[in-house]
Amino acid sequence: MTISRRTFMGTTAALTAALAAPMIARAQTTARVVVVGGGSGGATAARYIARDGAGAIDVTLIEPQRIYHTCYFGNLYLGGFFDYDDLGHGYTGLATTYGINVVHDWAVGVDRDAQTVALASGASVPYDRLVLSPGIDFVDGSVPGWSVSAQGAMPHAYKGGTQVELLRSQIAAMPEGGTYAMIAPPNPYRCPPGPYERVSMVAHYLRENNPTAKILIVDPKDSFSKQALFEDGWNRHYAGMITRIGPDMGGATFEVDPAAMTVTIDGVVENVDVCNVIPGQRAGQIAFAAGITDGNWAPVSAYDMTSRVDPLITVLGDAAQQGAMPKSGFSANSQAKVAANAIVAALTNGRQFPARYANTCWSLIDTDDGVKVGATYEASDEGIVSVDSFVSQVGETAEVRAATYRESLDWYQAITTDMFV
Amino acid sequence: MSRARAVTGALAFAALAAATSPALAEGDPARGETLFRPCRACHMVGEGAVHRVGPHLNGLVGRAIGAVAGYDFSDDLVEAGVDGLVWDEATLDRFLAGPREYFPGTAMVFRGIRSAEDRAHLVAYLREAGGPADGVAAAADTAAVDPEIAAILQIAGDVAYGEYLSNECTACHRAEGGEDIPTIRGLAPSVFVAGLVAYRNGSREHQVMNMVTRRLGDEEIAALAAYFQSAE
Repeated sequence: MTISRRTFMGTTAALTAALAAPMIARAQTTARVVVVGGGSGGATAARYIARDGAGAIDVTLIEPQRIYHTCYFGNLYLGGFFDYDDLGHGYTGLATTYGINVVHDWAVGVDRDAQTVALASGASVPYDRLVLSPGIDFVDGSVPGWSVSAQGAMPHAYKGGTQVELLRSQIAAMPEGGTYAMIAPPNPYRCPPGPYERVSMVAHYLRENNPTAKILIVDPKDSFSKQALFEDGWNRHYAGMITRIGPDMGGATFEVDPAAMTVTIDGVVENVDVCNVIPGQRAGQIAFAAGITDGNWAPVSAYDMTSRVDPLITVLGDAAQQGAMPKSGFSANSQAKVAANAIVAALTNGRQFPARYANTCWSLIDTDDGVKVGATYEASDEGIVSVDSFVSQVGETAEVRAATYRESLDWYQAITTDMFV
Repeated sequence: MSRARAVTGALAFAALAAATSPALAEGDPARGETLFRPCRACHMVGEGAVHRVGPHLNGLVGRAIGAVAGYDFSDDLVEAGVDGLVWDEATLDRFLAGPREYFPGTAMVFRGIRSAEDRAHLVAYLREAGGPADGVAAAADTAAVDPEIAAILQIAGDVAYGEYLSNECTACHRAEGGEDIPTIRGLAPSVFVAGLVAYRNGSREHQVMNMVTRRLGDEEIAALAAYFQSAE
């Protein structure tokens, strides 16, 4: 009995060891990084971690869509400067060139104790390090009268993809002399110049196709990114077409009615033909499911973009609350490279270099009239802080503006290459 | 030695070319001076001119292509010079119309000038401001390298650090280069360092590049140069 029990226990121990051994060996030589979200932050992080991990790190990228459509340059598509198909990018390069395990599914939960990500399909994916780069979701009730279920009648077109196509077709179908209204978002939101570049591109389209049409911006903010540049451009190119109602004129007190296609501003009802509602924003849902948010966003360390709640989770891009960087694709790409260096260094005992970030945002106002704003950043205990910056100036020559636009086209090719190729 | 022979051959070729090529438009040096303004970001011409990002242009008209001492020309230009090609009205006109169409390997980042008249103005200015080919090149050789650039070239760059720093570059610079944003891979350190120093001290102007380089120390420029030289 004693002997048999000892034998049994010995067998069990041996069996356990035999089962556990491969897993331990695997964990020691091949660390597992799971990246949720295949946009500017997530795709870049996956690519750099797989590349620099040089086989020592298994990278899994979880992204529901097979073709990612960039949000940036979506406005140029609205203006007729860019083809819709050119906004789309697939994940084949990440899978074949870098050996990344690309899983097209929704991440719906994170078990931080077990270190697993739950997928909508029911699968569970274990991680040693988790990178969350989910982008934005919308704050419920931020635009009275609107909810996501109304996005067919009143599109947000602020996450790329089919919503942008829908908005384009609605603008094309506007009656002669009709009104395009935009409900601009409150701070902070993705791509600070984005709504105003969009207005410029819609104005360009309307000037060419429907010159008596009007644009109405309802804006809860006192001021906005590149305001002097946009307003100067609107005066030069689209005189009389664009009206912006700021909070001083009631722009913060509004509601929409998607069924009636009306916008009520400070009690005055306006009939509109297109209503582009860009709601208030918060981190993508998975950040909330992971329990790493504070308010609407996920606070991170400026030194390596790790969550302030869980150091095994890195948060990139729009979802992160990091300090001074704008929420932009360029920022997310920049943050991803700093985070990738930190993760690879930690998992492979490699060199970690000091965090340094940069951002530049180009905007197109009209044909060959491009402007840009940029800054460099570094880490501090309080968050990411700006080191240096520049912005285009009112009154620059046509040659400078044309060069800025051409540069933005090259940037688009470069950043999407940096993410996917 | 071979270069001296090449120059002799080149001069003979130039004489031949002058005798046979059709007359090009007469340029106005004053208008050419205005057109030269953006070129100053990389090229010096006139008294005290030294190599910057691009070679100095003193004595340009009449000199062999890719053959001024102290400047690291791309292979295409060196070969052209060795083959006897000389910068004259015809070759400059063709080069300025589309640098990369003429010499695909040129490091010169410039799209070209469409107007034949403007090209003639520019060449007329270069002939006037740069003087004759004879004798000038020799005087400039000794002053070729800026001491700030020379100091950075002395630093042994940390390639791994350079690779990390290069992540900031790849957001805009593709390996194969774009229409407007050039490739920076495989550049000789002398060219790369001269370029970044010119952006850092503001003698070459570009809002993004001036900002990006202002926070680069000498060690960082050396690291980047070492990495990009090694990158294929």
